[in-house]
Amino acid sequence: MKEVEINSTTLNFGPQHPAAHGVLRLVVELDGEVVERVEPHIGLLHRGTEKLIEYKTYLQAVPYFDRLDYVSPMCQEHAFALATEQLLNIKVPIRAQYIRVIFSEITRILNHLLNVPAYAADIGAVTPFLWCFEEREKLLEFHEAVSGARFHGAYFRPGGVHQDMPDGMEQKLFDHVNNLPKFLDDLEELLTNNRILRQRSVNIGVITKQEAIEWGCTGPVLRSAGVAWDLRRSQPYDAYDKVDFDVPIGKNGDCFDRYLIRIEEMRQSIEIIKQCLNLIKPGDIAINDNKITPPKRNTMKKSMESLIHHFKLFTEGYRVPSGETYCAVEAPKGEFGVFLVSDGSSKPYRCKIRAPGFAHLQTLNHLSKGHLMADIAAILGSLDIVFGEVDR
Amino acid sequence: MYLTDKMQSIGDTKKIIVDRFLGVEIINNDKYLEIKTEPVKIFKVIKELKEDTKLLFDQLIDVTAIDYPSREKRFDIIYLLISLTLNQRILVKTSIDESTVLESITIVHKAANWYERECYDLFGIQFSNHPDLRRIMTDYNFEGHPLRKDFPLTGHTEVHYDDLEKKVVYEPVKLAQEYRNFDYMSPWEGFDNKLIGDEKSSEENNS
Repeated sequence: MKEVEINSTTLNFGPQHPAAHGVLRLVVELDGEVVERVEPHIGLLHRGTEKLIEYKTYLQAVPYFDRLDYVSPMCQEHAFALATEQLLNIKVPIRAQYIRVIFSEITRILNHLLNVPAYAADIGAVTPFLWCFEEREKLLEFHEAVSGARFHGAYFRPGGVHQDMPDGMEQKLFDHVNNLPKFLDDLEELLTNNRILRQRSVNIGVITKQEAIEWGCTGPVLRSAGVAWDLRRSQPYDAYDKVDFDVPIGKNGDCFDRYLIRIEEMRQSIEIIKQCLNLIKPGDIAINDNKITPPKRNTMKKSMESLIHHFKLFTEGYRVPSGETYCAVEAPKGEFGVFLVSDGSSKPYRCKIRAPGFAHLQTLNHLSKGHLMADIAAILGSLDIVFGEVDR
Repeated sequence: MYLTDKMQSIGDTKKIIVDRFLGVEIINNDKYLEIKTEPVKIFKVIKELKEDTKLLFDQLIDVTAIDYPSREKRFDIIYLLISLTLNQRILVKTSIDESTVLESITIVHKAANWYERECYDLFGIQFSNHPDLRRIMTDYNFEGHPLRKDFPLTGHTEVHYDDLEKKVVYEPVKLAQEYRNFDYMSPWEGFDNKLIGDEKSSEENNS
């Protein structure tokens, strides 16, 4: 009999593919249906954010951060605000700190409410997607209430937040998050013990502790491997040292653990929001220095000085003392950091954005090797990749 | 794994680093450790930082660069490392000129692969022993290194779909209006507003 030699097949995946979560092009080398090599080609959504920021004032740079990881906008503004504040050497008022924590956590829930059902949809469950989007919409109303925008809020500004929460929102938010655990129970009933979900995610894309650290993984991916590491706990910023919460960790480092961690993180976020709402007191929402934060609207009608301050802030911006700093926050996807260099002018000299997804996508080749072609979609979904931040 | 009382402080780590490495300059920084070293030593320093049992800077967070075109050694390369056991960050810095080739640290930190590719793509910094030094962010066949300060914000080429040729074509950027970069130097706070004949007032302020 003639021997038949089976050659490996090379397959192009994306850049337009619903399971690619945006614009990802993969070159996949297959042996039959088994993956031998995956090579991600990224940069299809590269918009030169870092370059653009060098030409904008510090305040004008804030909206760019919303547009990086567009499903968790506020957390990224948070990193930039913290870095700028560190260079300016200012500390924001306590109320602003609580508001920031509340909205960072709302953002975390929003992010996980997108990632969990998107992951489920990648492996065959459509219903959670519809359910979660309804919940997301309700939470986005709170974003809208404070910033006027559902996603691109530009709400966390260096020096505090843009405006106070409207009257009655604290109670409304409290009532809303009180009902959220019930929704999460419903969601879990649909997914956690579902046979198909388990078959598609248990022992798929396993990453060990050592590998996760070596590959620069952070956030849920690192925690799924069993490393108890959360920047909110280990290097608290703003009011995170005043709230009590658990850091869920996994055991196996597979897709299923990452799913479970995200579900539990949502529950913890709800607890954090509730604690913050109990602790928060009326007060200033931004530092009281008109050289950095704009004056109140009504004072501008009467005071010439306020008018000048407003004009100067929104044309020239404020000057930031020269220096450099690195500030990181625990974004829903992992460590989101900003390395900011100032030359003393009103524009950043260099602003390097450290995106968690960039490091995570690097591991895709390692995680997919030996799995089936269809598992690539599952692994990709469980890594929580959003191209806005990977490509920047 | 973290937040124990016995943990060594940043000061202790600093001492260990001073003892361990020769020719490493410690830069004062109250947020995290910062050290400066020569380009040739980078590989060794980062390897030591990872493997030393008292330091354990085992996770590479980022590799990036800053461009100072006016300097002879125009690039500052920055390696951000974190020690999950000590809960400390360290920033390793080195300055190189355009032609210097740095040794890749991919053997020590796997994560460095894409970070170094990004540095190569956006700044044009060469790394030796890198397994796969290609562009990563910019377009296929892109020319130039966008994050260098002498690269214009608007870039050199633009693309559009040509209906006759039935393909995307590249052509030089044509702008209807120059990008407006205002100079905000103003008498408000920027520079000294020297009034002729008013020298006395500043003397009074100084005394």
